[in-house]
Amino acid sequence: MSYSADVVIIGAGISGCSIAYNLAIKGITNIIVVDKSYIASGATGRCGAGVRMQWGTKMNCLLAKQSIEFYENANEILEYDRDVTFYQGGYLLLATTEKEISQFQENVKLQNSLGIPSKMVSVKEAKEIVPHLNKDILLGAAFCQKDGFLDPFLTTDAYYKAAKRLGVKFLTYTEVHGIIINNNKIEKVVTDKGDIWTDKVVNAAGGYSKKICDMVAIDIPVYSDRHQILVTEPIEHVQGPMVISFSLNLYCQQNPKGPFIMGRGDDKEPRDLRITSSWEFLEDMAKTIKNVLPPVANLRVVRQWAGLYNMTPDKQPIYGKVEEIDGFYLAVGYSGHGFMFGPLTGVIIAEMISGVKPTVDVSLLGLNRFKEGNLILEPSVV
Amino acid sequence: MSINDAMVCRCSDVSLKELRDLINEGYHTFEEIKRITRIGMGPCQGKTCGNIVLRELSMATGKDFNELNMQSNRPPVVGVKLSLIAEEAGRDEL
Repeated sequence: MSYSADVVIIGAGISGCSIAYNLAIKGITNIIVVDKSYIASGATGRCGAGVRMQWGTKMNCLLAKQSIEFYENANEILEYDRDVTFYQGGYLLLATTEKEISQFQENVKLQNSLGIPSKMVSVKEAKEIVPHLNKDILLGAAFCQKDGFLDPFLTTDAYYKAAKRLGVKFLTYTEVHGIIINNNKIEKVVTDKGDIWTDKVVNAAGGYSKKICDMVAIDIPVYSDRHQILVTEPIEHVQGPMVISFSLNLYCQQNPKGPFIMGRGDDKEPRDLRITSSWEFLEDMAKTIKNVLPPVANLRVVRQWAGLYNMTPDKQPIYGKVEEIDGFYLAVGYSGHGFMFGPLTGVIIAEMISGVKPTVDVSLLGLNRFKEGNLILEPSVV
Repeated sequence: MSINDAMVCRCSDVSLKELRDLINEGYHTFEEIKRITRIGMGPCQGKTCGNIVLRELSMATGKDFNELNMQSNRPPVVGVKLSLIAEEAGRDEL
């Protein structure tokens, strides 16, 4: 089987589906999205389902803010026949050290300057927002009501269906084996289901972004890190916001349908793309949650799973063309927040491909920044 | 009551009609159906609904039941209280 397309997008997670949809509404509909498994089978479908505006760099703040504003109206804009289940219960960021207090104060100042309604709260106020919080572990917190929960499967499905209606073709269970380049131009994408003739490729392969770049000998400074999550049995709604602590390496949110989701990473993880579950995670998470949100520890764990964070040195994504190959675009390296940025990723990459001035200037997020070395480090990742 | 109202998944309240509609829409694996409906994500981990989903898929696609995959098994096998795990994990530290 042989195909041809104006654009081939590798990866059918939130980024790939959003890019496809945004290209299609611009009239570029001869697109093929390829994924080695099914829609949202990778990092998107394994993520913690939280979205927040509370970031520490200007770029991350802007991308998150505009993406969340899109999510507020996603059901209507994407004409979705289900519900992406967006719930703005906020994010409560716990500060457990003086250093975190001053970091959060700095972040809140930046966020407010960009129109993000975050604020510092006292221990007492934090306890009012989340009554079952152990007040002995924190010195203060930051809070933003606009942050919240969003179903990753259904949101990606909404983009997928909207793109499909506009004529985008999806090749799932199709693995990319190579990308043929001729005179610095893309000729075709080789898959196990046949070749796709094209001159434009978007790498939106999430945890596998480096493998795709290796096929065209482009070196990107990313690695994929296993992060693990567990979910409990459902109970009545008692916790509005996602509770996060960077120092305690924890995020924990109650899904609007009742179960608690909690997860964390581990710096000592082997970087071999494994997404198996470990016993150590279960034990460490149980101890942490018993300390931070004691009553939540009375719930039963129903399932645990893992996914990949595609990490960059400054924990900000890499967007845009590469210099070496015409028509090769990167939408990679989200460092654990690709789902939150999905709407803007789609808008920006579609604008770059169609030659329109980007809605948000992301020139700071090109691959070149690592060569030039002037990185602005995102301090707020868990 | 028609057969379509029968509950396939008691953990996540999914009816036979919802399941059949999704299969007709083109969701042809357990994993895909699970992600849209949360079928198999509850406390039973697919032990109740699993065979029914695969049988429906087999009938709709013509594929042999044995060629179809069940969802990934996720630990733990049965629900365990986090406080018990924490207690057990801390035993060596005492």
